[in-house]
Amino acid sequence: MNAVLIALLALPLLGAALMLAPIGDRQALRLGTTVTGGTLLLSVVLAAGFDHDDPGRMQAVTDVSWIPALDVRLHLGVDGISLPLLVLTALLTFLCALYSVRKLPAGPGGRAFTGLLLLLQTGMLATFAVLDLVLFFLAFEIVLIPMYFLIARWGSGQKVAAANRFILYTLLGSAVMLLGFLLIGVQAGTFDMVALADAHGSGLSHTTQLVAALAVLVGLAVKAPAWPLHSWLPDAHTAAPTAGSVLLAGVMLKMGTYGLVRVLLPIVPDGTATFAPYLGAFAAVGIVYGSLACLALARKGAKGDLKRLIAYSSVGHMGFVLLGIASLTPTGLNGALFANVAHGLITGLLFFVVGAVKDRYGTADLDTLAGATGAALYGRAPRIGALLAFAAVASLGLPGLAGFWGELLAMYGAFDPAAGLSRPAFVTYMVLAGLGTLLTAAYLLIVVKRVCMGDPAQPAPVADLPDLKGYEAASWTPLAALTLLAGLWPALLLGLSDPAVKHLLGGG
Amino acid sequence: MNLALPILVPVLPALGAAAGLATGRRYPGLARPLAVLPVAVSAVLALVTALQLGTGTTLDAATRLAPTGGPEISLALHLDGFSSLISVLVGLVATCVQVYSTAYLKDDPRYPSYAALVSLFTAAMFLVVYSGDLIVLLVGWEVMGICSYFLIGHHWEGADARAASLKAFLVTKLGDVPFLFGLFLLGADAGSFRITEVLHTAATGGLQHPTLIALLLLAGVAGKSAQFPLHTWLPDAMAGPTPVSALIHAATMVAAGIYLVARLLPVFLLSSAALLVLAVMAAVTMVGSALCALAQDDLKRVLAYSTVGQLGYMAGALASGDRQAAVFHLVAHGAFKALLFLTAGVVIHAAHTNSISAMSRIDGLRRRVPDAYWTMGIGLVALVGLPPFAGFFSKESVLTAAEHAAHGEALTGHLGPASAVPAAAGWTVLVAGLVTALLTAAYATRLWLVAFHAKPVAPADADAPYSPEVDEADPAHDEPAAMRWTLWVLAVPSMGFGLLGLRSEWLPRLLDGAPLRPGLETVVLGTGAALAGIVIAYAAWRAASARAADGQPATDPGRLLLGPLHGPAQHGFGVDRLYSALFVRPTAAAAKLVRFLDRAVVETYVRGAGAAPGWIGRAVRFAQTGNAQGYLSALLAGAVLLAVLVAVGS
Repeated sequence: MNAVLIALLALPLLGAALMLAPIGDRQALRLGTTVTGGTLLLSVVLAAGFDHDDPGRMQAVTDVSWIPALDVRLHLGVDGISLPLLVLTALLTFLCALYSVRKLPAGPGGRAFTGLLLLLQTGMLATFAVLDLVLFFLAFEIVLIPMYFLIARWGSGQKVAAANRFILYTLLGSAVMLLGFLLIGVQAGTFDMVALADAHGSGLSHTTQLVAALAVLVGLAVKAPAWPLHSWLPDAHTAAPTAGSVLLAGVMLKMGTYGLVRVLLPIVPDGTATFAPYLGAFAAVGIVYGSLACLALARKGAKGDLKRLIAYSSVGHMGFVLLGIASLTPTGLNGALFANVAHGLITGLLFFVVGAVKDRYGTADLDTLAGATGAALYGRAPRIGALLAFAAVASLGLPGLAGFWGELLAMYGAFDPAAGLSRPAFVTYMVLAGLGTLLTAAYLLIVVKRVCMGDPAQPAPVADLPDLKGYEAASWTPLAALTLLAGLWPALLLGLSDPAVKHLLGGG
Repeated sequence: MNLALPILVPVLPALGAAAGLATGRRYPGLARPLAVLPVAVSAVLALVTALQLGTGTTLDAATRLAPTGGPEISLALHLDGFSSLISVLVGLVATCVQVYSTAYLKDDPRYPSYAALVSLFTAAMFLVVYSGDLIVLLVGWEVMGICSYFLIGHHWEGADARAASLKAFLVTKLGDVPFLFGLFLLGADAGSFRITEVLHTAATGGLQHPTLIALLLLAGVAGKSAQFPLHTWLPDAMAGPTPVSALIHAATMVAAGIYLVARLLPVFLLSSAALLVLAVMAAVTMVGSALCALAQDDLKRVLAYSTVGQLGYMAGALASGDRQAAVFHLVAHGAFKALLFLTAGVVIHAAHTNSISAMSRIDGLRRRVPDAYWTMGIGLVALVGLPPFAGFFSKESVLTAAEHAAHGEALTGHLGPASAVPAAAGWTVLVAGLVTALLTAAYATRLWLVAFHAKPVAPADADAPYSPEVDEADPAHDEPAAMRWTLWVLAVPSMGFGLLGLRSEWLPRLLDGAPLRPGLETVVLGTGAALAGIVIAYAAWRAASARAADGQPATDPGRLLLGPLHGPAQHGFGVDRLYSALFVRPTAAAAKLVRFLDRAVVETYVRGAGAAPGWIGRAVRFAQTGNAQGYLSALLAGAVLLAVLVAVGS
């Protein structure tokens, strides 16, 4: 099994290296699809070989010394928390590669694009697979460079400014996080995440825990992004090409929340408990703030960009994840991990669909799209309209689809937070989150109203509007199907995360 | 009992919906069988399940759906007489609606997706009825909400449908958020989301905040069952196709809220305050909606307000602690209201208008649609509640329940002590119920007379009949067979269902076992009020007709009866404007504020952080001006400083 995990990381890296060879753009794109497809296959093999009876245990473990001077080890492994994220990453990258074969965004060419995509995948997979703080930091940083180029070279609009802001903002966050890691490593004498988690904070003084927790929290909160550290996100999403948006929202935001669960919670538990109420407050404000920002964008005459709107909706949705984590309960954490994956599926689908709408209309500006009554996609491109409505409905947390369970459990976690946390404060956050679900429903349905509904007789900005194409269907259907599956059968993910979460919290 | 049967009941329509959505575009011929067959089979299975379960027994079965780290979520069945009765009603109405729709939306290109959504809607309602787990019940509850959203928005080309669908979802969601928190409290107190566990905890006094729980749940119930102040979505929901109105208004969606309270009545009986709130809510809803119904000109809106009022009766019965009466009225109302909406569809289709005053100008309308004319009469008499029609017995049982509660001897059965129900709740419901009986009779009579019995006058061109509904049905036939026969199928229970309550070994044994026979005083009062309403409305209509015969402009008898109240009642007493002031505008303002904050405040510190390195750079640049004199001065100053430091230090 550990060979599979190593291969999972090595294959995309190898593929990225292959892109240095002088091959044609089309060949490169096809090769990219093959490599990401192989990676997806490996991740499925990994999931199949995973011992589902004991998801709390690290499996497929590799542990060899790498830099003895710093006691940095090449320590890899998966458990019930990281496995779904690994599969999600492999899946989304494959779908992006598949989509890009037919729909490469305008830019310097397919070879470089594929190479960056594969490098990005390596970094993302490594983030979820490594169990050493220094390696985690490395993997966390690797993804920034390919994403920077994807936005700056293949983006649209104010792409360079957005890419600069993205990389500077997140690098600053990571630098703070690195300080926290170093503090932990120096004080505890090891960078090994499993050993540190098993120690559960013993060996780290309270002050150390506080300082380290604050540093790590701030660094990861930038990535998540938590309000008010979110302002890099809307610009980056608006400018990024479709594949970049999908991976940015679908996977990269999860690296932040995954870090919170994997690093912050078990390694510096005292520090986390001190900051949890603040994290919860920021999360709750973020939920309402994000949805209000979306409402403002969705309004008629606001010149709202559809991609920007979905980026803001991510702020709200990640707020639920952060709220679940802040509750420090198994229920809340289960909800957070579920919402993580659900958001990856649903927002990935939303960005795909909106990207396709933008390609067809040449703009994602809601006012231009909708005109006086609405763009009437239900009539002009029924399949795309239906998929957009489906994704919107899933995103607003309809029970029976994936978005629901994460929100439900995160709110239940806030309703009944861990011992030692202020119940009234968390119940307030829960009420704010509940208000957020209402506002979320409002803006998403307004978007559906303005894009999918409308009078088909009104003059449209573009005359010819092709409906769903084959390659679009191929790269979107898996996301829609998984959204439905996770919604109908939540045990698929909760069965994996529940024992792991309890293990993490020191309960089982 | 074989568990496969009750499991198949919600699953079949859901599968039918999935198949319909998957194949609809490519094989439109399959759409009709895929729409009708699964729902019809489910209806039969629901009936078989009910028969197998028999009376006086319950069935519970569960399997774990998912762990949560807290109370786990299970796929549970909880079957008893209540679920049997309502599932049969749901099956019957949904099958009728599907059959009717095959003709009504015959030429609609969007029929496949429409039919699939109706099937999904039905599946969700079955899930609500059968589920023994509150979270799974919530799944069905909200899936119904989204299906109604899509169905109300079926004619999305029109601005009305677009606005109405959004409003329906958001108003019900406004209630669903507190409802969810109520479920959290229940689940946390009981340590489980299973209904049996919750009821057990309630019975043993384990619930710590019964009033809070009950009030939070009531918010969701008010949203779904269209009770004041969350009723405003329902009249607007008429923008959907007429069969959808029949489905939403009769057996599904609006019934879900009442059904849930009936299920959890022991929890509500723990809190007199909540029962009183429910009673007041029901009373305001009943009287207000009846006044609104009297002022409406749109046939479907009259019926919509009438639904709101009849749901008020059910809520009133629950507030009086008698869930038997509530469910009795729910089923009777389900039959006759489905009938009324389906007949309304036929009439609208024939008249090409929704407006009853426009219908009154059409010559011989009732001769063109004889079946709809007679069955609508049956439905209206059932609604008014004249013996021996279904509405009579069920409404009387509600009034009897209220009367008992008013005397402090509420018919709570074995669910709780009669003293749990405050007498004030009983009086409130009783008085409002009698007033509403009068008003109901008045608006039903007005509807009947104005739509079918007015003397035809030459239509004025300026006032041409309008039809907000895109006309779907075959124009050659005013009453296609699929539409006509479903009317008569529903007319049978509208006439006869009430009789089942007469003997205690019939309907009551299926429910809680207490007799459902109406008391003498309430029969006299209730029927008297209804007859008075009929007479008053008839008199007003005669007066209005006489005026019209004199050559004066025709007036609506509703206007005569309501006087100065007519204007406000026509616009729902301005509740929508209240909402706009209370919710919509503050939210829009908050959204604008956030937009400003995001640009002006959050951005400022980001830009500030970006500018800081620039300033540092500028400061450092001073050190490297390239000016030799400057360097020398700095050197000299430094040397002096050092010398002084050394001198002072030593």
